[in-house]
Formats: sequence, C-alpha cells, structure tokens
Amino acid sequence: MKKSDAISAVFEQLPTLLERDVALVQRGGFLDVDCLLGSTEQSYHVAIRAGRITDMVPAPVLMRSSIFSYRATPEAWTAFWQPMPKAGWHDLLSLTKRGEATLEGDIKPFMTHLQFFKDLLALPRNAGGAA
Amino acid sequence: MTAYIEPMVGRYVHVDIGGTMHRIYFEEAGQGIPLVCLHTAGSDNRQWRYLLADEEFTKHYRIIAFDLPWHGKSNPPANWDGSEYQLTTKRYTETIRAFCKALDLDKPVVMGCSIGGRIVLNLAIDHASEFRALIGLEAADFQAPWYDTAWLNRADIHGGEVCAALVSGLVAPQSPAEARMETLWAYKQGGPGVFKGDLYFYRVDGDLRGRTGAIDTTTCPLYLLTGEYDFSCSPEDTVRTASGIAGAEVTVMEALGHFPMSENPAQFRRYIAPVLETIKQKQSS
Repeated sequence: MKKSDAISAVFEQLPTLLERDVALVQRGGFLDVDCLLGSTEQSYHVAIRAGRITDMVPAPVLMRSSIFSYRATPEAWTAFWQPMPKAGWHDLLSLTKRGEATLEGDIKPFMTHLQFFKDLLALPRNAGGAA
Repeated sequence: MTAYIEPMVGRYVHVDIGGTMHRIYFEEAGQGIPLVCLHTAGSDNRQWRYLLADEEFTKHYRIIAFDLPWHGKSNPPANWDGSEYQLTTKRYTETIRAFCKALDLDKPVVMGCSIGGRIVLNLAIDHASEFRALIGLEAADFQAPWYDTAWLNRADIHGGEVCAALVSGLVAPQSPAEARMETLWAYKQGGPGVFKGDLYFYRVDGDLRGRTGAIDTTTCPLYLLTGEYDFSCSPEDTVRTASGIAGAEVTVMEALGHFPMSENPAQFRRYIAPVLETIKQKQSS
C-alpha cells in the first residue's frame, strides 16, 4: 500500500463532504474551474461547477487540461487533516511556505475563491481525516 | 438601566502628521500609565476591544487604541487625491509620535501587533527615550514573504474576500469561532488597497535587519511575544530578532496566531498580564 493510498481515499470523499456543506457550496456559487488537487503522489482532475464538484478522476488523464494545481506531500495532508493540526501544518499557505505543497498554474481562480478552497480541502479534518 | 455598556469611549483628535492635518479616531479606557495600542495591517483598533474592556488592566493603564489614517474610522486626509496609499517607515513613525504628542502622553508604553510590532522595533531603535516600554506582538526585523501582495487590490477580485482569506490561516485553530470571524471581518471591511499599502512598509520599506542591534533596552524595556501558529511572523523570526538585542524579553505564546488580542483574548491575557504587571512594578519602584 502506497503512502498516498490513505490520502487518496480521503480525497475521493471530497465530493460527498462538499455536498453536505450547503453553505460552502453556496459560497462557491460563482466558481467554475477545472483544477488538479491532491498529493504529490496522486492528484485528481477536479471539475467544479457553481461550487459543486461535478467530476473528479485520478490524474493523469491524457490531454486533460487544468487551470491550476495544489499538491501537498502525503505527510502534509495527514498533518493538515488532524482535528487540531500542529503549528505550520494548519493552512494551505503555511504548507506552501514550508515547501510541503506546491501551487502552480494560473492561480487566479484559486485566489478569487481562496476561502472556498481552504474550507473545501479542510473538510476531512472534521470528518475523521486520514489515519 | 440594565444594559451592559462597554467602558471604552471613542473620540476624534486632529493631528498634524508631516504637515497635513488628519482626523484620527481613537478609543480609550482607564487611567494611569498611557498604553498606546497599534492594530495590524489592513485592520483597525477594534482588535483591542477586549483589552480596553479589561478592568484589571484599566485600573492602572490608560489604554488608547487609534485607527491609522485610511483605517477604521480615521479617513484619509482631506487633501488625498486618490493616489495609491503606501505606508512607509518614516510616515508610520511620524504618525505614532504625532498622535502621542497630540494627546500629550507622558512616556507612553506602545504595544503594536504585526506591522505594529515591526514599527515598535523602529521606535526602539530611534526614539527609545520617548517611551516607558515597548511591546511587539508578532514582531521581527524581517520575515520571508509567503504571497504576492498584488492579489490584494485588483478590480477583478473582491479585495475584502481575498484579504480575509489570506490571513485566515494566521488565526490559530484553537481560537474561538466567534473571535476568528470578528478578526476576519475587519479585513473584509478594509478600504481598497489599504492592506496592500500597509504591506509596503512591511515588505519593502521596513526591513530592519542589521539595525535592531542598536536597541538599548536599558533606556526602554522591550518585550516581544509571538503566537506559535503565526507562520507569517514565526516564533523563529522573533527569536532570531531578539537574539541580537541585549535584554529583549521573548515569549512564544501557545495556541495563538498572528492576532492574539482579537483572535483569542482570554489566551492572550495569560501572556500579556505578566508583562503589564512588570511594567507597572517598574513604574512604582
């Protein structure tokens, strides 16, 4: 079992977790984007339309385009999803600052909807996170 | 009347800053040693409301928190022509000294957070004899940038949303949800380009590396306190800064981030109470 398997299992819960969070879906109401999210070992092509994840498939899909990517190490996701994460492991941008995550591409949609992405990717924290 | 009315009172003082009159809003409570509080970049004096309402502190301190020009209820100066706002080290220092002079404060204590913490270091370098003590929260001579400030003010991205979202990660996860939301609300309310303009001081003009060694803490005691969850001005940044200043006292505050006084007032109180007590004791000895 790869280190990333547990992380991937959590990522695959994201669409369901998001659907349960009506307020978050509402805040993303103006967001339409195709992006790459995941770990440095396994990322996902994520299609978001009007704040909902409408498609999510493991990357790579040949010639599938994405606007931006946010990828963190499996260790970083495990730390990030702890119910009370340790200092420096508690925010998407603390992970990029410490070099445990990369944010690449045209990040305008990410910045425009920054709190949406922070809250989306933190949903597993309150749902048990990664083992 | 049974309603709870908070003890602080807000007023406006007209202050000459660099030859231009400014109408500055401030709130105050208490009596005794003047304690001037400086808010973080892109926010306003509401961050200090818990301290201003703390009767244990206001028994011995006249606590005063003002809004920088362009912030909170302090408008831009009347002659502002709409050009880009940029805070500089010189202007920030002038503003604090002019405000203290306008209120005729006798050797105040100044406590600042973030940009306020950075400018406290500059006050310690250049004007230590004017102050009774200086307290820097989330203060360092320099810290590594972690985002491009160009995102903070552009017509195609909501400034309030992006400013608040950027700094949201600087609030410790232990902080109460209510205080977290209130702290971020001020960022959502800032004027366009104001947070970015403050960061001109922080990122470009206010690099104090190589200068803080000149601080004489025998002239003016210096206290530096930084929250463990602050990854903008990290505890390492503060400890590094303090290591080059003889006599500077450093505290790393657990379960706090970049906005200790507003994000978790009860937790912050545990750390600031002993500092204020020490300053008070020195005053009476």
